[in-house]
Amino acid sequence: MPPVLTIGDLTVGFSRPDRSISAVRQVSLAVAARECVAIVGESGSGKTQIFMAAMGLLAGNATAQGSVRFEGGEILGAPASQLNRIRGSKLTMVFQDPMTSLTPHLKIGTQLAEVLVCHAGKSWSEARIAARRTLERVRVPDSGRRLNQYPHELSGGLRQRVTIGMSLLCEPLLVIADEPTTALDVTVQAQIMDLLRAVREEAGTALVLISHDLGVVAGLADRILVMYAGRMVESADSAELFRHPRHPYTAALLKCIPSLSGPRLERLPTLPGQPPQPGDSLDGCAFAPRCPRAAERCRTERPLLQDDSGDALGGGNTRRVACHFPL
Amino acid sequence: MLRVEDLCVEFGARAVLRDVTFDLYAGETLGLVGESGSGKSTLARAILRLIRSSKGSVAWRGRNLLTCDRAALRPLRRDLQIVFQDPLASLNPRMSVGETIAEPLRIFEPGLNAQARRSRVGGMLERVGLAADMIGRYPHEFSGGQCQRIGIARAMILGPKFLICDEPVSSLDVSIQGQIVNLLLDLRRDAGTAMLFISHNLAVVRHLSHRILVMYSGRLVEIAPRDGLFEMPVHPYTRALLAAVPAAPAQHGAAEPFRAPSMPSPPIADAALHAEPAGSPPAADFGCAFRDRCAYAVAVCATTVRLEEVAAGHWVACHRSREFTASPLPPKD
Repeated sequence: MPPVLTIGDLTVGFSRPDRSISAVRQVSLAVAARECVAIVGESGSGKTQIFMAAMGLLAGNATAQGSVRFEGGEILGAPASQLNRIRGSKLTMVFQDPMTSLTPHLKIGTQLAEVLVCHAGKSWSEARIAARRTLERVRVPDSGRRLNQYPHELSGGLRQRVTIGMSLLCEPLLVIADEPTTALDVTVQAQIMDLLRAVREEAGTALVLISHDLGVVAGLADRILVMYAGRMVESADSAELFRHPRHPYTAALLKCIPSLSGPRLERLPTLPGQPPQPGDSLDGCAFAPRCPRAAERCRTERPLLQDDSGDALGGGNTRRVACHFPL
Repeated sequence: MLRVEDLCVEFGARAVLRDVTFDLYAGETLGLVGESGSGKSTLARAILRLIRSSKGSVAWRGRNLLTCDRAALRPLRRDLQIVFQDPLASLNPRMSVGETIAEPLRIFEPGLNAQARRSRVGGMLERVGLAADMIGRYPHEFSGGQCQRIGIARAMILGPKFLICDEPVSSLDVSIQGQIVNLLLDLRRDAGTAMLFISHNLAVVRHLSHRILVMYSGRLVEIAPRDGLFEMPVHPYTRALLAAVPAAPAQHGAAEPFRAPSMPSPPIADAALHAEPAGSPPAADFGCAFRDRCAYAVAVCATTVRLEEVAAGHWVACHRSREFTASPLPPKD
């Protein structure tokens, strides 16, 4: 089955008055139909910008090089008219903060119906019926009443249900969820992750989960891609990544998650140092200054993302790591 | 050292904090957990009298902070400090790091000359893991984790007896969180500072706290020694909270992921939570605030509920706590 989304050698840069910085450096990935891929990294690692480029939503001072193909068609550099046929219908996005991604002065029903009127050519009355069905699909209780409410009348969890419902209205092939639960409480987070799991099974869409939290994506993702300083440093099957992280950064990140069980430690495990700033010029491996395994080679020669046979392209989804001395 | 009794805060007709009562002992760290809107930060601010309380008392070494006059309060403030959640927003962008950290010294130790002050500030910077020569830099030149170190330095420079940490690591990346938690642990060990550590991250609280307070909708629903809480959570809300924490799969050689506590209990993650947190209840409602979400709610839950001791030092505000601790959970109603 051909992948739904293929990103090849994507580099995203931002020009600033004094200098230009690279947020994403030569990232390649593919998402197959019905697959759930998680992109994990810390703030500033470039994980969101990859998909801003894929949605044609980059800031005005940004440039993107490489290729982003959705259903075989090139998105990068495509005119807005062509993008608008795809985004919001076949390729949709759920953002972190449901309050700012919903329009505050439009009723929920209007916002949902508008998507179908614009993208599917439905009449307003048909669209409102579909909107109500969508709210039921994302388990919003009392859907009839909710249609006539404004976003501020809903709790954060309900709002995020609405935006997830909105992303599903036109039967998308791929939904990109950017930190969908970060703004929510832990009990509500669990409910939203359950919902994403359920709607993904019911609707059969592919899902990209962008998150800083490995624990959150663990239960849902088929595959996990780890980003550091704009580059992909590891790509692995989800269970495999937790069982045996190969990049020292991934391993350190897993160790840093404080646990609810096991012996209580005198000190929490930490990663020393700071991640590099997006503008820093990097020879060699960006993680080398913080890496316990770093050797001279790591500081001078950048490791390529490759599988054990040294094949950088691999067979699509094989396990790959960008490290001279993987674990 | 600190005794909070029947503390209430009302915003209009809503009881944002209701009858909060607890003690804090010298050198102790209390963890305070709960969802957003449960009143955690309101409690922190009410203790320090940064907002007005409608009822109750906050006794600091026997003196009621809520009734003493401003002149009497001021010298006490040097012992009571706070670190805020948003490290950048809580620093004055127009003050250099040195000025920010020196400000408490200027106020409370006016006799100190510039050179002595500078050396105290430099020493404090190094203590929190920053270089002393960063003293002239401004907040925007630092990362989030570094700004939080500066906020901690400002709070610790006077050697406070009691430090409130209001979600100090919540806005930081995972790899930086551990650094800040360890810094707080070091400072606590060296200075013997008592702490109220507010967080929605139960795992972080577990590593830091001696005792844990669980707050729901402005009320304390469970108070327990750390191990007691994690091994035998009683209140259905506490158990739902613990069950909702996503557990990363076991790593190579690492401990097993967290499983529901040893007490025989049904899978409460699905069972206990019918809905989402409601807002604060009307001031006239004294029943259990969790009853609308609770799978175990019965008619009596609408009546006044108080904290009761179910085990040594383990207090629970639940009408059915005796049933929950005495035997396996009864079937849901």
